[in-house]
Amino acid sequence: MVPKNLRYAETHEWAVVEGDACTIGITKFAVEQLTDVVYIEIKKAAGDAVDAGEEFGEIESVKAVSGLYAPVGGTVTAVNQKIVGDPASISADPYGAGWIIQLKLAPGTTLDHLLTPEQYEKQIASQSHD
Amino acid sequence: MAQRTILHDWHAAHGARMVDFAGWDMPVQYTSIIDEHTTVRTAAGLFDISHMGRLSFSGGDALALIQRVFTNNAATMKDFQARYGLVCNDQGGIRDDILVYRWPYGWAMVVNAGNRTKIIDWLADSKGPLDAQVVDQTLDTCMVAVQGPKALELCAGMFEGDPSKLAYYHALPTRYQGANCVVSRTGYTGEDGLEIMVGVKQGVQLWEDLLKRGARPCGLGARDTLRLEAAMPLYGHELSEEIDPYQAGLAWAVKLDKGEFRGKDALIRRKEDKTLRQRAGLELAGKRIAREGAAVKTGGASIGVVSSGTFAPTLNKSIAMAYLDAAFTKPGTTCQIDIRGKDESAAVVPLPFYKRVR
Repeated sequence: MVPKNLRYAETHEWAVVEGDACTIGITKFAVEQLTDVVYIEIKKAAGDAVDAGEEFGEIESVKAVSGLYAPVGGTVTAVNQKIVGDPASISADPYGAGWIIQLKLAPGTTLDHLLTPEQYEKQIASQSHD
Repeated sequence: MAQRTILHDWHAAHGARMVDFAGWDMPVQYTSIIDEHTTVRTAAGLFDISHMGRLSFSGGDALALIQRVFTNNAATMKDFQARYGLVCNDQGGIRDDILVYRWPYGWAMVVNAGNRTKIIDWLADSKGPLDAQVVDQTLDTCMVAVQGPKALELCAGMFEGDPSKLAYYHALPTRYQGANCVVSRTGYTGEDGLEIMVGVKQGVQLWEDLLKRGARPCGLGARDTLRLEAAMPLYGHELSEEIDPYQAGLAWAVKLDKGEFRGKDALIRRKEDKTLRQRAGLELAGKRIAREGAAVKTGGASIGVVSSGTFAPTLNKSIAMAYLDAAFTKPGTTCQIDIRGKDESAAVVPLPFYKRVR
């Protein structure tokens, strides 16, 4: 079950908008697939512009490394330094305290192009049966 | 369709994440690689290693056949002893790294899963008129490894014989639940422990018995981080048909004075060849992981390539093994590793990265 108030990218990021502020993280499914997260790097800092689909960082586990991709474009307003300093802590609460980056969206930007919770659930259901 | 060990259904039913390894569907982890790794370093972990090839040898010339393909000297082995060595091609490159066992009644060999048919073919190719028969027992038997400081004590009373009396790299043919089995004081984790071979019929019972006694199931993910900390080479990474034992730091497992064996002439030449890259250990300054294939550089010039790398849970550091130009293998030498386009600082360190306190 994934939270119903979020939208999702195929690359396992989630996003939620409040006003013009967008918070981005990665899903519980992604965190579980990675399991042993040992390193998180965010290549952007507050004030930097990020395009939709741009790789803004990477997350590395013992097994594998994956890029972090912006589900939507905007200007970075905050980076969660807590998970950068303690990467393993992202696993505990990926939809809350484990958020990764916050953006200020340009007027008119929506999340309509992202997967709905139902669509994302369907995607991970097919992936976990690989 | 990937092959399955007799324990496959157990793994699947207990939440293991499965992965294809050398054509076998194997558990990579049950809970977390780091948790499983720590279990082996501090208590006892249990691995299904039934995918490894198990060959038995009989016939009056069994020793002669083994000597033809083995870089180490099997002739000086005593009964119940196990010995590590390589099988080399005629150019001195490594076809496999193996264990040879000597019994009063014959010989046995444990080979890597991915090289099993290759080694069986190589033995047939090397046999000539020798009186030696090789039986592949892999699919009729099950092999598990119980590893860690508590491994031996938790096996107390399980077998007719007492494995705690076994010396390191010795093995005991004994009985488990009335059936034949072999218990060997060997492993691939850098910890004390046993590797146990039983018939497939006893496999699940043996596995569950060891779990009941306190061992925890561990997957190939932890097996990889454990062997990497202990700097044990892995075929396909540190070892290949192009790399010779001297490059791999395995000169101790090559006995050029034992008589003729395949690859010997090439090895005599390669032993003195200082242009060949050597295996070395690298410790990274940061936490990013240098994975296989990452280029190692100094001052912009390439000096080598990473063969495997990981986050070392016991050391809490990013480590790697690499093949480096001989001039750069001295501990303390600094270098850069290109990890996905960004250079990370690293230094050559002595191997192994981790050594248990005996």
